[in-house]
Amino acid sequence: MTPLYMAFLGGGLLCLIGQLIMDLTKANITPGHILVGYISIGAVLSGLGLYQPLVDAVGAGATIPLSGFGHLLVQGTLKAVESKGLLGAFSGGVEAAAAGITCAIVFGYVAAVLFNPRD
Amino acid sequence: MNVDAKQMKKIEMQEYQNLVDQIKPKPDILKNSIWAFMVGGLICGFAQVLVNYLLSLGMSRIDASSAVSCIMIFLAAFFTGIGVYDELGKRAGAGSIVPITGFANAIVASAMEYKREGYIFGVGARIFSVAGPTLVFGFAVAVVVGLIKVFLSS
Repeated sequence: MTPLYMAFLGGGLLCLIGQLIMDLTKANITPGHILVGYISIGAVLSGLGLYQPLVDAVGAGATIPLSGFGHLLVQGTLKAVESKGLLGAFSGGVEAAAAGITCAIVFGYVAAVLFNPRD
Repeated sequence: MNVDAKQMKKIEMQEYQNLVDQIKPKPDILKNSIWAFMVGGLICGFAQVLVNYLLSLGMSRIDASSAVSCIMIFLAAFFTGIGVYDELGKRAGAGSIVPITGFANAIVASAMEYKREGYIFGVGARIFSVAGPTLVFGFAVAVVVGLIKVFLSS
C-alpha cells in the first residue's frame, strides 16, 4: 500500500509542474491544453516504461493526475497486444479505461442536466 | 500612407503594447504554485485513502484504481454542478485541473453552459468540447505505442 504522504507529494508535484507551465510560458495555456498535454505526455512516458516506476512510488499521486489516465490507456494497449496481437493495439486502451470514460460521460451528462451554471 | 505616418503607427502600437503589459495582472507565481501543490496533493492524497481502503477489502490493485477514478469523477461532477469546484479552481489553478477531477470538471462545466441548445445536441455534444481532444490524443498515442510493440515483436 502506498503511504498517504507519498501520494500527496507526487500529486502535488505533478500539479505544481502544470501551474508553472501555465504561469511561466507566454502562450495562452488553457485548462484544455493542460489536460491534452498531460494525457499525451503520460502516455508517451508509459510507452517508454518510465511512468510505472512513478506509480509504484507514489500510487494515486501518479494515477489520479491525467497523465495516469494516459498510462492506463497505454498499459491496457500493451497488455492486449501481448494476448491478441494487432487487434489488441486498437482494443486494449478502451478496455482498460472503460470505467473511467463511462463514468465521466454518464456522471458528466447527469450533472450538466440537473444543475444550472451560476453567474 | 507616407513613411512618417507608418512610423507613427508603429510607435503607437508599441506604446499600446507597453500599456497592456503594465495593466495586465502579473501572476503571483509563488502563491499560485503553493495553491496548486497543496490542492493537487490533497486530491491525490484523498484518492490514496480510498485506494488503500478498497485494497484492504481485498480488491485487486487495478480494480481499486478504476473504482477510485469513478468516485473522484462522480464527486467532481457533483461539486462542479453546485458551483464549488470552479470557486476552488480560481485559486488552485493547475491543482484542480491536472487531477482526473479536472477532466470531469471540464466536461460538466462546458456541457452546462450549452443547455439552452437542447439536451441532445447542446449538452450531449458539448460534453466532448474538452474531453474530446483529450481522449483523441490519449488514444492516438496509445495506438501508436501498441503498433510499435506489434512491429517489434513480429
